[in-house]
Amino acid sequence: MYYIDPHIHMISRVTDDYHRMAYAGCVAITEPAFWAGFDRGSVDGFRDYFRHLTEVEPKRAAQFNIRHYSWLCINAKEAENVELSRGVIAMIPEFLNKPNVLGIGEIGLNKNTRNEATVFQEHVDLAMKYNELILIHTPHLEDKYKGTRMIIDMLKNDKRVNPERVLIDHVEEHTVRHALDNGFWCAMTLYPTTKCTPQRAVDIIEMVGAERIMANSAGDWGKSDPLAVPEFIQEMKRPGHAKSVIRKLVYDNPLAFYRQCARWQDWPAEAEEAKAKRKPAKVHA
Amino acid sequence: MSPLPAAKALDTFFLEARAKILEVAAILDRINRGNGASAVDHDPRLDRIRKALEVLHDQSGGRAERIQQIFSLEYDPSWDKPKPRY
Repeated sequence: MYYIDPHIHMISRVTDDYHRMAYAGCVAITEPAFWAGFDRGSVDGFRDYFRHLTEVEPKRAAQFNIRHYSWLCINAKEAENVELSRGVIAMIPEFLNKPNVLGIGEIGLNKNTRNEATVFQEHVDLAMKYNELILIHTPHLEDKYKGTRMIIDMLKNDKRVNPERVLIDHVEEHTVRHALDNGFWCAMTLYPTTKCTPQRAVDIIEMVGAERIMANSAGDWGKSDPLAVPEFIQEMKRPGHAKSVIRKLVYDNPLAFYRQCARWQDWPAEAEEAKAKRKPAKVHA
Repeated sequence: MSPLPAAKALDTFFLEARAKILEVAAILDRINRGNGASAVDHDPRLDRIRKALEVLHDQSGGRAERIQQIFSLEYDPSWDKPKPRY
Protein backbone atom coordinates (compact mmCIF):
# COMPACT_ATOMS: atom_id res chain seq x y z
CA MET A 1 0.00 0.00 0.00
CA TYR A 2 1.27 3.47 -0.88
CA TYR A 3 1.68 5.79 2.09
CA ILE A 4 2.83 9.29 3.07
CA ASP A 5 4.91 9.94 6.17
CA PRO A 6 3.60 13.39 7.19
CA HIS A 7 6.41 14.08 9.69
CA ILE A 8 9.97 12.80 9.45
CA HIS A 9 13.30 14.59 9.87
CA MET A 10 15.26 13.16 6.96
CA ILE A 11 18.15 15.58 7.54
CA SER A 12 19.07 13.30 10.42
CA ARG A 13 18.54 10.00 8.57
CA VAL A 14 20.80 8.14 6.16
CA THR A 15 20.05 7.62 2.48
CA ASP A 16 19.44 3.91 3.13
CA ASP A 17 16.33 4.96 5.06
CA TYR A 18 14.90 6.59 1.92
CA HIS A 19 15.66 3.36 0.10
CA ARG A 20 13.85 1.17 2.65
CA MET A 21 10.92 3.59 2.90
CA ALA A 22 10.49 3.46 -0.88
CA TYR A 23 10.46 -0.35 -0.75
CA ALA A 24 7.79 -0.15 1.96
CA GLY A 25 5.52 1.98 -0.26
CA CYS A 26 6.40 5.52 0.79
CA VAL A 27 5.57 7.98 -2.00
CA ALA A 28 5.95 11.29 -0.14
CA ILE A 29 7.15 12.76 3.10
CA THR A 30 6.89 16.13 4.76
CA GLU A 31 9.76 17.40 6.90
CA PRO A 32 9.15 20.08 9.52
CA ALA A 33 11.93 22.38 10.66
CA PHE A 34 13.10 21.28 14.12
CA TRP A 35 15.80 21.45 16.77
CA ALA A 36 19.24 20.37 15.56
CA GLY A 37 20.28 18.88 18.90
CA PHE A 38 21.91 22.18 19.84
CA ASP A 39 20.75 25.80 19.86
CA ARG A 40 21.81 27.58 16.66
CA GLY A 41 23.52 30.91 16.98
CA SER A 42 22.39 32.99 14.04
CA VAL A 43 19.73 33.70 11.43
CA ASP A 44 22.23 32.59 8.78
CA GLY A 45 22.44 29.20 10.46
CA PHE A 46 18.70 28.84 9.88
CA ARG A 47 18.97 30.15 6.33
CA ASP A 48 21.42 27.33 5.55
CA TYR A 49 19.11 24.84 7.25
CA PHE A 50 16.14 26.01 5.17
CA ARG A 51 18.24 25.65 2.01
CA HIS A 52 18.96 22.10 3.06
CA LEU A 53 15.23 21.43 3.60
CA THR A 54 14.10 23.04 0.35
CA GLU A 55 16.97 22.13 -2.02
CA VAL A 56 19.03 19.17 -0.78
CA GLU A 57 16.43 16.81 0.71
CA PRO A 58 14.00 16.99 -2.25
CA LYS A 59 16.85 15.83 -4.52
CA ARG A 60 17.92 13.07 -2.15
CA ALA A 61 14.31 11.84 -1.87
CA ALA A 62 13.75 12.02 -5.63
CA GLN A 63 16.42 9.35 -6.18
CA PHE A 64 13.87 6.93 -4.72
CA ASN A 65 10.78 8.49 -6.32
CA ILE A 66 9.75 9.94 -2.96
CA ARG A 67 8.33 13.47 -3.04
CA HIS A 68 9.77 15.71 -0.34
CA TYR A 69 7.95 18.70 1.21
CA SER A 70 8.96 20.91 4.10
CA TRP A 71 7.66 23.26 6.80
CA LEU A 72 9.63 26.25 8.05
CA CYS A 73 10.01 27.86 11.48
CA ILE A 74 12.27 28.24 14.48
CA ASN A 75 11.23 25.48 16.85
CA ALA A 76 9.95 25.95 20.38
CA LYS A 77 13.15 24.70 22.02
CA GLU A 78 15.02 27.71 20.59
CA ALA A 79 12.19 30.17 21.20
CA GLU A 80 13.60 31.25 24.55
CA ASN A 81 15.91 33.41 22.44
CA VAL A 82 13.16 35.80 21.31
CA GLU A 83 15.53 38.10 19.41
CA LEU A 84 16.92 35.24 17.30
CA SER A 85 13.39 33.89 16.82
CA ARG A 86 12.20 37.24 15.46
CA GLY A 87 15.16 37.34 13.08
CA VAL A 88 14.32 33.86 11.76
CA ILE A 89 10.60 34.68 11.42
CA ALA A 90 11.51 37.79 9.41
CA MET A 91 13.74 35.68 7.11
CA ILE A 92 11.25 32.81 6.46
CA PRO A 93 9.38 34.65 3.64
CA GLU A 94 12.56 34.30 1.50
CA PHE A 95 11.60 30.61 1.20
CA LEU A 96 7.81 30.73 1.09
CA ASN A 97 7.66 30.62 -2.70
CA LYS A 98 9.70 27.43 -2.95
CA PRO A 99 7.45 24.83 -4.62
CA ASN A 100 7.86 22.17 -1.93
CA VAL A 101 7.20 24.37 1.11
CA LEU A 102 3.82 23.53 2.66
CA GLY A 103 3.67 26.19 5.35
CA ILE A 104 4.82 27.19 8.82
CA GLY A 105 5.88 24.43 11.21
CA GLU A 106 6.44 22.65 13.40
CA ILE A 107 5.65 25.55 15.70
CA GLY A 108 4.35 25.03 19.21
CA LEU A 109 5.43 24.84 22.81
CA ASN A 110 8.11 22.84 24.60
CA LYS A 111 8.08 23.77 28.31
CA ASN A 112 5.03 26.03 27.99
CA THR A 113 6.88 29.25 28.83
CA ARG A 114 5.86 32.84 28.17
CA ASN A 115 8.63 33.33 25.56
CA GLU A 116 7.56 30.17 23.74
CA ALA A 117 3.97 31.44 23.66
CA THR A 118 5.13 34.83 22.34
CA VAL A 119 7.16 33.25 19.53
CA PHE A 120 4.32 30.82 18.75
CA GLN A 121 1.89 33.72 18.31
CA GLU A 122 4.37 35.58 16.07
CA HIS A 123 4.67 32.48 13.86
CA VAL A 124 0.86 32.39 13.65
CA ASP A 125 0.91 36.07 12.67
CA LEU A 126 3.38 35.22 9.89
CA ALA A 127 1.23 32.30 8.67
CA MET A 128 -1.86 34.51 8.60
CA LYS A 129 -0.05 37.30 6.77
CA TYR A 130 1.03 34.92 3.99
CA ASN A 131 -2.04 32.64 4.12
CA GLU A 132 0.05 29.58 4.98
CA LEU A 133 -0.94 26.21 6.46
CA ILE A 134 0.30 25.57 10.00
CA LEU A 135 1.84 22.44 11.50
CA ILE A 136 1.85 22.36 15.31
CA HIS A 137 4.27 20.57 17.63
CA THR A 138 2.69 19.74 20.98
CA PRO A 139 5.03 19.25 23.96
CA HIS A 140 6.35 15.96 25.26
CA LEU A 141 5.27 13.89 28.24
CA GLU A 142 4.01 15.76 31.32
CA ASP A 143 3.90 19.08 29.43
CA LYS A 144 1.74 17.77 26.60
CA TYR A 145 -1.75 18.17 28.04
CA LYS A 146 -1.18 21.68 29.39
CA GLY A 147 0.73 22.77 26.27
CA THR A 148 -1.89 21.40 23.88
CA ARG A 149 -4.63 23.26 25.74
CA MET A 150 -2.56 26.47 25.68
CA ILE A 151 -1.89 26.12 21.94
CA ILE A 152 -5.59 25.59 21.24
CA ASP A 153 -6.40 28.62 23.43
CA MET A 154 -4.07 30.79 21.33
CA LEU A 155 -5.43 29.50 18.03
CA LYS A 156 -9.06 29.93 19.10
CA ASN A 157 -8.21 33.38 20.42
CA ASP A 158 -7.06 34.42 16.94
CA LYS A 159 -10.08 35.08 14.73
CA ARG A 160 -8.00 34.83 11.55
CA VAL A 161 -7.18 31.15 12.14
CA ASN A 162 -9.27 28.59 10.26
CA PRO A 163 -8.86 25.30 12.20
CA GLU A 164 -9.19 23.30 8.97
CA ARG A 165 -5.84 24.78 7.88
CA VAL A 166 -4.02 23.74 11.07
CA LEU A 167 -2.65 20.28 11.89
CA ILE A 168 -1.98 19.56 15.58
CA ASP A 169 0.73 16.92 15.84
CA HIS A 170 1.76 14.36 18.44
CA VAL A 171 -1.77 13.88 19.81
CA GLU A 172 -2.34 11.05 22.25
CA GLU A 173 -5.27 9.64 24.21
CA HIS A 174 -5.68 12.71 26.43
CA THR A 175 -5.32 15.38 23.72
CA VAL A 176 -6.78 13.96 20.52
CA ARG A 177 -10.36 15.00 21.23
CA HIS A 178 -9.32 18.55 22.10
CA ALA A 179 -7.81 18.87 18.63
CA LEU A 180 -10.66 17.22 16.72
CA ASP A 181 -13.54 18.74 18.68
CA ASN A 182 -12.15 22.21 17.94
CA GLY A 183 -12.11 21.51 14.19
CA PHE A 184 -8.36 20.98 13.71
CA TRP A 185 -6.61 18.22 11.81
CA CYS A 186 -4.34 16.06 13.93
CA ALA A 187 -1.60 13.43 13.75
CA MET A 188 -0.41 10.66 16.01
CA THR A 189 3.34 10.13 16.26
CA LEU A 190 4.60 6.56 16.38
CA TYR A 191 7.75 6.98 18.42
CA PRO A 192 9.31 4.70 21.04
CA THR A 193 8.90 5.40 24.77
CA THR A 194 7.86 9.06 24.70
CA LYS A 195 4.93 9.07 22.28
CA CYS A 196 2.51 6.55 20.76
CA THR A 197 2.93 2.92 19.79
CA PRO A 198 1.31 1.68 16.56
CA GLN A 199 -1.05 -0.44 18.67
CA ARG A 200 -2.21 2.54 20.73
CA ALA A 201 -2.63 4.56 17.54
CA VAL A 202 -5.06 1.90 16.29
CA ASP A 203 -6.92 2.12 19.61
CA ILE A 204 -7.19 5.89 19.18
CA ILE A 205 -8.58 5.47 15.65
CA GLU A 206 -11.16 3.00 16.96
CA MET A 207 -12.18 5.61 19.55
CA VAL A 208 -12.29 8.77 17.41
CA GLY A 209 -12.69 7.51 13.81
CA ALA A 210 -10.70 8.29 10.68
CA GLU A 211 -11.70 11.88 9.90
CA ARG A 212 -9.02 14.64 10.00
CA ILE A 213 -6.39 12.34 11.49
CA MET A 214 -3.17 10.72 10.26
CA ALA A 215 -0.06 8.95 11.58
CA ASN A 216 3.64 9.71 11.28
CA SER A 217 7.01 8.42 12.42
CA ALA A 218 8.69 11.70 13.42
CA GLY A 219 11.89 9.75 12.69
CA ASP A 220 14.89 11.86 13.70
CA TRP A 221 18.33 11.51 15.28
CA GLY A 222 16.84 9.84 18.36
CA LYS A 223 15.98 6.16 18.61
CA SER A 224 13.08 6.13 16.17
CA ASP A 225 11.69 4.13 13.27
CA PRO A 226 11.42 5.55 9.74
CA LEU A 227 9.18 2.56 8.93
CA ALA A 228 6.71 3.25 11.73
CA VAL A 229 3.88 4.15 9.32
CA PRO A 230 4.06 0.77 7.51
CA GLU A 231 4.05 -0.85 10.96
CA PHE A 232 0.89 1.12 11.76
CA ILE A 233 -0.63 -0.20 8.49
CA GLN A 234 0.10 -3.75 9.64
CA GLU A 235 -1.44 -3.04 13.05
CA MET A 236 -4.56 -1.65 11.37
CA LYS A 237 -4.84 -4.89 9.40
CA ARG A 238 -4.62 -7.04 12.56
CA PRO A 239 -8.19 -6.30 13.76
CA GLY A 240 -9.36 -6.44 10.13
CA HIS A 241 -9.93 -2.74 9.43
CA ALA A 242 -10.90 -2.02 5.83
CA LYS A 243 -8.18 -1.24 3.31
CA SER A 244 -10.10 1.92 2.36
CA VAL A 245 -9.93 3.19 5.96
CA ILE A 246 -6.21 2.45 6.19
CA ARG A 247 -5.57 4.21 2.88
CA LYS A 248 -7.55 7.20 4.13
CA LEU A 249 -5.35 7.46 7.22
CA VAL A 250 -1.97 7.07 5.54
CA TYR A 251 -2.60 8.63 2.13
CA ASP A 252 -5.92 10.38 1.47
CA ASN A 253 -6.05 12.41 4.68
CA PRO A 254 -2.54 13.88 4.39
CA LEU A 255 -3.23 14.76 0.74
CA ALA A 256 -6.57 16.39 1.63
CA PHE A 257 -4.79 18.59 4.15
CA TYR A 258 -1.87 19.50 1.87
CA ARG A 259 -4.16 20.33 -1.06
CA GLN A 260 -5.14 23.46 0.86
CA CYS A 261 -1.65 24.85 0.29
CA ALA A 262 -1.75 27.43 -2.51
CA ARG A 263 1.45 26.02 -4.03
CA TRP A 264 0.21 22.42 -4.02
CA GLN A 265 0.42 20.64 -7.37
CA ASP A 266 -1.52 17.39 -7.62
CA TRP A 267 0.61 14.40 -8.57
CA PRO A 268 -0.05 12.94 -12.04
CA ALA A 269 -1.75 9.80 -10.66
CA GLU A 270 -3.98 11.88 -8.40
CA ALA A 271 -4.87 14.30 -11.18
CA GLU A 272 -5.85 11.35 -13.43
CA GLU A 273 -7.99 9.88 -10.66
CA ALA A 274 -9.76 13.21 -10.08
CA LYS A 275 -10.33 13.60 -13.85
CA ALA A 276 -11.81 10.09 -14.08
CA LYS A 277 -14.17 10.89 -11.21
CA ARG A 278 -15.35 14.07 -12.97
CA LYS A 279 -15.97 12.33 -16.33
CA PRO A 280 -19.60 11.14 -16.70
CA ALA A 281 -19.96 7.38 -17.23
CA LYS A 282 -20.68 6.26 -20.80
CA VAL A 283 -24.25 5.06 -21.28
CA HIS A 284 -24.63 2.12 -23.65
CA ALA A 285 -27.91 1.77 -25.45
CA MET B 1 -14.97 0.90 12.76
CA SER B 2 -15.37 -2.19 14.93
CA PRO B 3 -12.69 -3.17 17.41
CA LEU B 4 -11.65 -6.82 17.75
CA PRO B 5 -14.15 -9.04 19.54
CA ALA B 6 -13.11 -9.20 23.20
CA ALA B 7 -12.12 -12.89 23.12
CA LYS B 8 -9.96 -12.31 20.02
CA ALA B 9 -8.37 -9.23 21.62
CA LEU B 10 -7.52 -11.29 24.70
CA ASP B 11 -6.00 -14.04 22.56
CA THR B 12 -4.03 -11.51 20.53
CA PHE B 13 -2.72 -9.30 23.31
CA PHE B 14 -2.53 -11.53 26.42
CA LEU B 15 1.18 -12.26 26.04
CA GLU B 16 1.98 -8.60 25.32
CA ALA B 17 0.09 -7.53 28.45
CA ARG B 18 1.86 -10.18 30.54
CA ALA B 19 5.26 -9.09 29.21
CA LYS B 20 4.61 -5.40 29.83
CA ILE B 21 3.30 -5.94 33.38
CA LEU B 22 6.42 -8.02 34.10
CA GLU B 23 8.58 -5.16 32.80
CA VAL B 24 6.90 -2.72 35.20
CA ALA B 25 7.30 -5.17 38.07
CA ALA B 26 10.97 -5.63 37.28
CA ILE B 27 11.56 -1.86 37.08
CA LEU B 28 9.94 -1.38 40.50
CA ASP B 29 12.07 -4.25 41.92
CA ARG B 30 15.18 -2.64 40.41
CA ILE B 31 14.40 0.64 42.16
CA ASN B 32 13.80 -1.24 45.45
CA ARG B 33 17.09 -3.12 45.17
CA GLY B 34 19.15 0.01 44.64
CA ASN B 35 21.03 1.83 47.41
CA GLY B 36 18.90 4.52 49.04
CA ALA B 37 15.58 2.98 48.00
CA SER B 38 13.81 4.41 51.03
CA ALA B 39 14.93 7.93 50.09
CA VAL B 40 13.07 7.77 46.77
CA ASP B 41 9.99 6.11 48.25
CA HIS B 42 8.12 9.44 48.30
CA ASP B 43 9.42 10.69 44.96
CA PRO B 44 6.40 12.17 43.14
CA ARG B 45 7.20 10.06 40.09
CA LEU B 46 6.76 6.87 42.11
CA ASP B 47 3.50 8.26 43.51
CA ARG B 48 2.29 8.73 39.94
CA ILE B 49 3.25 5.18 39.03
CA ARG B 50 1.31 3.88 42.04
CA LYS B 51 -1.74 5.96 41.08
CA ALA B 52 -1.49 4.65 37.51
CA LEU B 53 -1.39 1.07 38.77
CA GLU B 54 -4.61 1.73 40.67
CA VAL B 55 -6.27 2.80 37.41
CA LEU B 56 -5.37 -0.58 35.89
CA HIS B 57 -7.63 -2.28 38.48
CA ASP B 58 -10.59 -0.10 37.53
CA GLN B 59 -12.92 -1.79 35.03
CA SER B 60 -14.70 1.36 33.84
CA GLY B 61 -12.59 1.91 30.69
CA GLY B 62 -10.64 4.89 29.39
CA ARG B 63 -7.62 3.67 31.34
CA ALA B 64 -5.00 4.91 28.88
CA GLU B 65 -6.45 8.43 28.88
CA ARG B 66 -6.77 8.50 32.68
CA ILE B 67 -3.19 7.32 33.11
CA GLN B 68 -2.04 10.01 30.69
CA GLN B 69 -3.76 12.57 32.94
CA ILE B 70 -1.93 11.24 36.02
CA PHE B 71 1.38 11.90 34.25
CA SER B 72 0.33 15.38 33.06
CA LEU B 73 0.80 18.86 34.50
CA GLU B 74 -2.34 20.78 35.33
CA TYR B 75 -3.73 23.30 32.87
CA ASP B 76 -4.96 26.70 34.02
CA PRO B 77 -7.42 28.21 31.49
CA SER B 78 -6.79 31.72 32.84
CA TRP B 79 -3.12 31.80 31.75
CA ASP B 80 -1.85 35.07 30.28
CA LYS B 81 -2.19 34.62 26.49
CA PRO B 82 -0.19 36.71 23.99
CA LYS B 83 -2.25 38.98 21.75
CA PRO B 84 -2.50 38.30 18.01
CA ARG B 85 -1.24 41.15 15.81
CA TYR B 86 -4.11 41.93 13.45
